[in-house]
Amino acid sequence: MQLPDAEKAFDNLAKKIQADAGRDFALVGIHTGGVWLAERLHQALGTKQPLGTLDVAFYRDDFDKIGLHSQVKPSEIPFAVEGAHILLVDDVLQTGRTIRAAINELFDYGRPASISFAALVDRGGRELPITPQYTGITLELPADKMLELKCGKNGKLSFHLYDKSMPE
Amino acid sequence: MINRNPQLDENGVLQHLLTTEGLPASVLLHILDTAESFVGVTERDVKKIPLLRGKSIFNLFFEPSTRTRTTFEIAAKRLSADVFNLNIAVSAQSKGETLLDTVNNLSAMNADMFVVRHAQSGAAHLIAKHVQPDIHVINAGDGSHAHPTQALLDMFTIRRYKSDFRNLRVAIIGDILHSRVARSQIHALTTLGVPEVRVIAPKTLLPKMVERLGVHVYHDMAKGLKDIDVLMMLRLQNERMKGANLPSPEEYFKYYGLTPEKLSLARRDAIVMHPGPMNRGVEIDSEVADGKQSVILPQVTFGIAVRMAVMSILAGNQV
Repeated sequence: MQLPDAEKAFDNLAKKIQADAGRDFALVGIHTGGVWLAERLHQALGTKQPLGTLDVAFYRDDFDKIGLHSQVKPSEIPFAVEGAHILLVDDVLQTGRTIRAAINELFDYGRPASISFAALVDRGGRELPITPQYTGITLELPADKMLELKCGKNGKLSFHLYDKSMPE
Repeated sequence: MINRNPQLDENGVLQHLLTTEGLPASVLLHILDTAESFVGVTERDVKKIPLLRGKSIFNLFFEPSTRTRTTFEIAAKRLSADVFNLNIAVSAQSKGETLLDTVNNLSAMNADMFVVRHAQSGAAHLIAKHVQPDIHVINAGDGSHAHPTQALLDMFTIRRYKSDFRNLRVAIIGDILHSRVARSQIHALTTLGVPEVRVIAPKTLLPKMVERLGVHVYHDMAKGLKDIDVLMMLRLQNERMKGANLPSPEEYFKYYGLTPEKLSLARRDAIVMHPGPMNRGVEIDSEVADGKQSVILPQVTFGIAVRMAVMSILAGNQV
């Protein structure tokens, strides 16, 4: 199937956030794809607050099933979460469980004034009451397919589709 | 039948941590890498993550130990597990209950993990063989056999300060004979590719045929410390003094106590480690223990992250 252009999706997402730039968000990207996007948004929006990154592996709800296999990258939140307006950034939104984990982790750093959420792709299939405030594109995909964002050596973003049974 | 390592399942996945002996480098490095990400957690305001929420971890200490037990307790609590400390030295066993009966009773209370310290070598192995497959066992020191989490936190500390294991000369100094720490360190160091591991001790404090572990033996600090990058001191246990092993603490300090003068024989950027508790003025001089080259307190801090890593890896490796 024809996958959408990730760069166009990003431009669309950035425009939507810019158009709504009533306040200065502190950006937090979720590893790994969300961090690439947050870095790009940080430049595009000229955000003053330093960029934060989260690896939600320690907060996931499927630890009992899948364990701790991949290497977990340290989360870094280089600003005061207490009272901050935070914009969480992730690449692919499906069940909403990653965002639930990310919100929980953020609260372990302090009590933010607000958390908004930007997703590059909303592919449906929600299992939790999570809705993004900003979306690059929406996409219908069969449940057994995994959509992954990749970042080329030149920094160019692209989508890749896998069967869930054999990732990568 | 293949004699499988009792710590690994048939797929080579870690189920118990009993000893560093026989564990592949990939398993050791996975623990060190995971610990790296837990260091970040221990530096936050809220030093707690929900990974082991609802899990019950029993600290079974058949031998008194405040420090090690506390570090396991802190690690488990930072992972949000429920921790139960059983000081069995003064309870069940003194009433005549056998080790396995104690374990059966605790398993019936739905334990998920046992952290075991015992004066007998092999106690943790025995428990690991006996428990249901969904229960994990961590050896927190058995007799003079093994103390794997101490060795792993030492490896973590070395990697933090010295980066590449394959380029190091490491000396372990002191009572090798009675030390479970030394045995676990030697196995971890050789597995991780340290090309030269030395042991420095008087003959009376070295096990027979220690060379078979792949170490070089020295009895003299001046020779043994030449070109050394990492000095791993061992605690000299007072009770050994009373036996025939050593004439006196003063005599030991004179020949093997780490003074600034002896330390200057090693490389200038060498680091000094000690598993604690230290005997100042016996195996180590205060000036060295508190000096610039000492990484003894960072070892304690990293110990929490390493134990968090071991617990979460084991808990995540379900059968």
